[in-house]
This record gives sequence, structure tokens and C-alpha cells, in this order.
Amino acid sequence: MANIATRQAYGEALAEFGADERIVVLDADLSKSTKTDVFQKKYPNRHFNMGIAEANMMCTAAGLASCGKIVFASSFAIFAAGRAFEMVRNSICYPNFNVKIGATHAGISVGEDGASHQAIEDIALMRSLPNMSVISPCDAVSSRFAVKAAIEHEGPVYLRFGRLAVPQIYDENTEFEFGKGVLLRDGSDVTIIANGLMVQYALEAAKILQEQDISARVIDIHTIKPIDRDIIIKAAKETGCIVTAEEHSVIGGLGSAVAEVVCSEYPVPVKMVGIQDQFGKSGNPYELLKLYGLTAENIAAKAIEAMQML
Amino acid sequence: MDKKEILHLKRIATNIRKNILRATCAAGSGHPGGSLSIADIMTYLYFREMNVDPSDPKNPDRDRFVMSKGHCAPVLYATLAERGFFPKEDLTTLRKTSSYLEGHPNMKSTPGVDMSTGSLAQGLSTAVGMALAAKLDGKGYRVFVGMGDGELEEGLVWEAAMAAAHYKLDNLICFVDYNGLQIDGKITDVMNPEPIADKFVAFGWYVQSIDAHDYNQIEQAVENAKKQKGKPNMIVAHSTKGKGVSFMENQAGWHGVAPKPEECEKGLAELDAYLASLDLEEQSL
Repeated sequence: MANIATRQAYGEALAEFGADERIVVLDADLSKSTKTDVFQKKYPNRHFNMGIAEANMMCTAAGLASCGKIVFASSFAIFAAGRAFEMVRNSICYPNFNVKIGATHAGISVGEDGASHQAIEDIALMRSLPNMSVISPCDAVSSRFAVKAAIEHEGPVYLRFGRLAVPQIYDENTEFEFGKGVLLRDGSDVTIIANGLMVQYALEAAKILQEQDISARVIDIHTIKPIDRDIIIKAAKETGCIVTAEEHSVIGGLGSAVAEVVCSEYPVPVKMVGIQDQFGKSGNPYELLKLYGLTAENIAAKAIEAMQML
Repeated sequence: MDKKEILHLKRIATNIRKNILRATCAAGSGHPGGSLSIADIMTYLYFREMNVDPSDPKNPDRDRFVMSKGHCAPVLYATLAERGFFPKEDLTTLRKTSSYLEGHPNMKSTPGVDMSTGSLAQGLSTAVGMALAAKLDGKGYRVFVGMGDGELEEGLVWEAAMAAAHYKLDNLICFVDYNGLQIDGKITDVMNPEPIADKFVAFGWYVQSIDAHDYNQIEQAVENAKKQKGKPNMIVAHSTKGKGVSFMENQAGWHGVAPKPEECEKGLAELDAYLASLDLEEQSL
């Protein structure tokens, strides 16, 4: 199985499901990168380039949605969630329109482009918006599901995809459910909760811990909002401590969302692997992941730290 | 239109103006100045031009109106009520906690409102999407937009203007309510957006300039816009902020301050006197 980038899977899923005449796709001069060009080649009359004008793209998406369209609006995550944030808030979320934001190139794995293009706060921004759902799929299979779920969901959805080719985690026939976490590996000593790029490293960390006779549970929380409270609380009760891992700031993202759930229901230690409140930098993506501590080794180390708090 | 038809519209506009005063006064807050200046255009659109049906406010083939200068919700609501979308008695519930008439238009709560607005320039931008949808579906409905002149200071206006021309949205007809004033004073002093007409011409729009309070000019401009093919339409409407209420006219201070009961009474009396003069005019026809 060759590695496929989740943005590639996004583009292909749009083209696959795009026969539905209600679907319209907008891009902001990045269609070759966001892969909406795959849809464009198949359905050129329903793909509109809005140029380097992300705020207008989001409001135009809202206007189209008000006339019955299901709109996918794409750009890099930093611009989709960041630059156009207030338009997403006031024109898409407030009226609760069927606009799905296909945000690619999220996180520091963007690599060489550097900090200005590396979104590390987009999940925090998007999940703070009422009516917005947030999905961060880890591989091509779950990305295809995410696009399908977004089409079927009534209301705004933020879909977070990455630049890098990633290994296939899920079998093609996996049944996913919007809003439900996936138990990838059972365990009893600690739970690793991850999504997106970090899922593969979470699974590696579990293997590292296994060698030290530590039984780690691994859960993929692809849907950060609405978050699967049950699977998280069950993990807290049954394993006693949690490590979260995300390609995002430790402020406001998956880690914070998990902490919000456990603190109010069943408080346990929650250690967070993620960007430590700093900007990224230009460099090779894999070197950057190591530089910023987004590694299986770090997840395993934090798991042991969490267990030591008990 | 003949003189009788114009008098009919002027009566409607005057009733709308009265309700702008009543509503903002009852609310104790709101935006009378810019609501009054666009009242004639609103009257023309909803009573002479737009294909709308109060009993079927979400008809997919209807003409749309977006109040991009969303703070002028009072004139939008007064016009919709006059047109029959909801009871006029409810206008004085404006901005109250339990009301369906919110401070800025909320399409989820108010019948007849085609887009939620309030954050300037976003309305115009959503209107681009609506006009694009019509082109995509081969439908003949038009999208009308009401904008402020201060609003033109927002960069998003120009993104939208560029896109509208690029996609040849000739089914988009926008008005700039050019009353020359914004909150902190004259637009030329705060952040000069002039020359307004020239800018839209440069952006590839079909531009006309009119007196916002002259019904013949409003009609002519709309008809010209409808005939024109290939470019989005901008009607720069020179207006008087606070039009119809002498102590509010041309005052930046009445942008976002509600009249007190005594002031409201004074304004209503002036508008009633105007109505009486319209009656006299009609008798002499």
C-alpha cells in the first residue's frame, strides 16, 4: 500500500462524490495544491476559482449555500481558518450554512514554506465556533469518509488535511461514524489519543511502550467536534491516564478538548504532545516533526510521565 | 411611473420612515440616520421592482435583497413589514431579548431576510455567491444589495467587486447609500473612499449616479441595470443621512443613536406634515 497524502484523498473524494449537482467547489488559487483540481477536471462548470481572496471565497460560499448548494471552499489551513476566520464565523457558522471548509497543508509538516504557512492554531479557532464540526482524518481511507460525512451533514464542517504522504491506517471497508472515536489498539495502562498525522506515531509509541511491558490503548479522535465523550471517559476510567498527540499547538486543540471532557467527568492526568506555543520554521517536514517533539518516542515518554503521576 | 404612482411610493416611504423612528425609539438604540437615507430605494425595490411574495419568503426563484450595511436593519424590517412579511405592530419589539427582530439582520429569525449581515462588506460578498448560484442554475432572479459609503473602506468590498466582474454577474444590482457620513464624521475626513464611482468603473462594473430620493432616477437606473449585459451593476445614490427628519439630516451623530420619545414625536409630526402635503399634491393632479 503506497502512502497517500490526505489532501490527495480529499481531492479524489470530491471528484468521486461530485456527481451530486448540488456540490460546488471553490478554491483560492491553490487548486493544484489542495487537489480540488481533480474535481475541476471532472466538473469544470461547478468549480470556481476565487483567486487570492479567501475572505470573499468564504462569503461567496455562504451565498451559494443560501441558494441550496453544498459548497466546499478550500485553501491552506492558515488562510482558510485564520485569514477568513470572521467571515467563517459571521457568514457561514452564524446562519448555519452547508459550507464545508477543505483546509489542506495544516501543521508544521508543510515544511519548507515556513511559519507563515504552518497552521498550528486552526483547530482551536474552528472548534470555538458554534455550529462548526471539525474532522481531522489520519489517512486516505478516513479522509474519503470525512468528505462523505461532510456532504451528508447539515451545517458547516471544517476538514483538516495534510501535505505529506502518509501510511494507510484503515482497511478500505472500515465503517466510520461521524463523531465517534476509533479504538485502534486496546490497552490498560495508559491511553494515547491522537488524530491526523500523529496517529501513525501514536501506534509506534504503543509498540515502544509494549517493549517496556506497558499496555497502551490508542484511540483516533478524527472528529474533534462533536467529540466522542464516551470513548474518552471510558479510557480515563479503564486506563487511568492519557497522552494526547496532535500536529497543532497544545493550546486549544485536541489535547485541550480531551482535557475539557475528562476534567468535567472523570479527572485523570492528561499530558499533551504538540507544538509548545511557538511558531514553526522552514525545513524538511520530518526533521521539523523531530525538532518540535512530534515523535513516537516523545509520546511514549509522556505516557510514562502520565503514569508516574498516579 | 406617473405622478400618482410616485406619490403612492412616497407615502409608503414616509410610513417606513415613521416606523424607523418608532422602532429605534422603543428599542432605545439602533441606527436611524442610515436607515432613513436609504428608505426611498428600499420602497422602490420592494414595492415596484422585486419579485417577492410575503406568503412564500423562501421561494428559490425569488429576487433577493442583502442589507450589506446590516446596521440599517430598522429600514429593512420596516419595509418588510409594510410589504406584508410580518405584522407592523411587531416593529417596536426591535432589539428586545424575546424579539425576532434583532439589532442586525438574522435570516434565521426574521421572515423575508435573505442574508444575515452586520459585519460590513460580508453582505456584498455573500450576494456574489447568490448571483453566481443563479448563473449556475440558469435562473433569472436578481440580487440587490444595499451598502454604505463608509462600508467601502473594508477591503472585502474590493475582493467581492473583483469577483463580481470576473464572473460577469450582471444579475447583481448594488446601491451605495452615499450620504457622506460615518460614525466618526465625514467619510472624506475619516478614511476617504472617494472617488467612489470611478473605483467601481475601474473594477469593471456598470456604474450610474443618481439622487437617492428621486424615484424617477431610481427607476431609470434600475431599468438600465437590468438591460445591461456582462457587468455587475453599481448605482451610486447620493443621499441625505437622516432624510425626512429635519434635526437628523446630515448629522453624523444620528448614525447610531436612537431618538428619545420627545425627539421621536417631533420627527413623527414632521413626517405626518409631509404626508399631508402629499395628499394636497394628489388633489391638485
